[in-house]
Amino acid sequence: MAKNIQAEIAKVKNNILYLGATVEENIHKAVKSLLTRDVKMAREVIRRDKEEIDCIEINVEEECMRILALHQPVASDLRFLVTVLKINTDLERIGDLAAKIADKVVLLSEMDPARFVAQGIQMPEVFSAMFDKTIWMYKKTLDAFVNEDTDLAYKVCLADDEVDRAKRTIRDQLEEIIMQDSRQHVYLGKQLSVARSLERIADHCTSICEDIIYMMQGRIVRHHNVR
Amino acid sequence: MSAINPAIVTIDNPQVEIDNLNLFYGESQALKNVSFGIPQFNVTALIGPSGCGKSTLIRCINRMNDLVDNLRVEGLIKIDGEDINHPSLDVIELRRKVGMVFQKWNPFPKSIYENVIYGLRIAGISNKEVLDATVEKSLQKAALWNEVKDRLHGSAMGLSGGQMQRLCIARTIAVSPEIILMDEPCSALDPRSTAHIEDLIRELQGEYTIIIVTHNMQQAARISDYTAYMYLGELIEYGPTNKLFTMPERKETEDYITGRFG
Repeated sequence: MAKNIQAEIAKVKNNILYLGATVEENIHKAVKSLLTRDVKMAREVIRRDKEEIDCIEINVEEECMRILALHQPVASDLRFLVTVLKINTDLERIGDLAAKIADKVVLLSEMDPARFVAQGIQMPEVFSAMFDKTIWMYKKTLDAFVNEDTDLAYKVCLADDEVDRAKRTIRDQLEEIIMQDSRQHVYLGKQLSVARSLERIADHCTSICEDIIYMMQGRIVRHHNVR
Repeated sequence: MSAINPAIVTIDNPQVEIDNLNLFYGESQALKNVSFGIPQFNVTALIGPSGCGKSTLIRCINRMNDLVDNLRVEGLIKIDGEDINHPSLDVIELRRKVGMVFQKWNPFPKSIYENVIYGLRIAGISNKEVLDATVEKSLQKAALWNEVKDRLHGSAMGLSGGQMQRLCIARTIAVSPEIILMDEPCSALDPRSTAHIEDLIRELQGEYTIIIVTHNMQQAARISDYTAYMYLGELIEYGPTNKLFTMPERKETEDYITGRFG
């Protein structure tokens, strides 16, 4: 029985990491599809979210439930499984947000395909910094989970403010773009939505990191200021 | 008491105080410097692998170990502030105050009624009204009354295992103890009878101080307020059950309760 539960837990860990890697790839591709105006890639992101990510999430949840029912884990095993159940939901949501970004790419291109490809849509410069920071947070979140690194988890939580600030800057820059060229206003909503999705991804990373801190220290830092 | 050790909580006003207890079976030491306090009206579980000393420890509390040859106890056990190993202490009275229920039920080959009032008969009580009232009250408390009230004078040997164990609990309760020691009371019972006894333990808590030795960690988690983890005669960790099963202080405890041990 003892060996059994450790093997089961190792399997869950593999699956949640596979989910994490798949979602990571999708965030990358979603962002890249926007930057390179690649609609085909955007559609691929949406397909993968529906067909793969959602299935892995359900698998992980069912496995956790089964282990909880059959092995009645305690202490670190229990904290690990409860954390995985929560992280699982966050990762799936992050996957949805990546798909949402991809969806905006598709919509932007459908509004005016020629202009979209010709870079006729002006985008705030801060986007690229925001992409980088969000992806950094996501990667470090997975690292913190794999290496059970609470210090890194704290660092990720602190980085959330930067992404929030970037989102506000994007809004300001979009306003400026429209002041200079009012025809750009039709793209405003889509671009704001992308910024909002990135900000939400960063929020989910923060929430995962808070759960990692719980998993390691048994301390609930959610709803408190961890800063 | 070891207030410095974060893995062993200090209990305010403990009913049972164990201070630096060492116990030797001849040359071999079965308990090593065990110190902790057990709170009144709570359920305290002792867990640990076979041979860790948990049964030895529980048997010290009502001096059941007196009957073992070649046994030497050092250190102090106090109940309600009184040293139970003091020469002037009345051991019979101690065992009335500290009742015990064993792993294997041990009813006497008598009627259910006579089993319950056995302790009272020994004490010379023969008033029928008192005896009748004690039988009913004790069987009610042991959650057995409804099942046996129509056959009180039938043999106790005709009861099921779970019923016999509850009868033994009723027999313990009949002499109005303050502390009940239970040495793996469910290990020979099926899940339904076990659930019955566990419910009963939860009900008795609040009226009695219960100290239970169990091999079943889930059982300790379900029914106890405090848990002590012992290994090779030492108390490794002691604290609120809730904390011990979610975030133990010591790695040894963690390894044992998660089954990584050994």
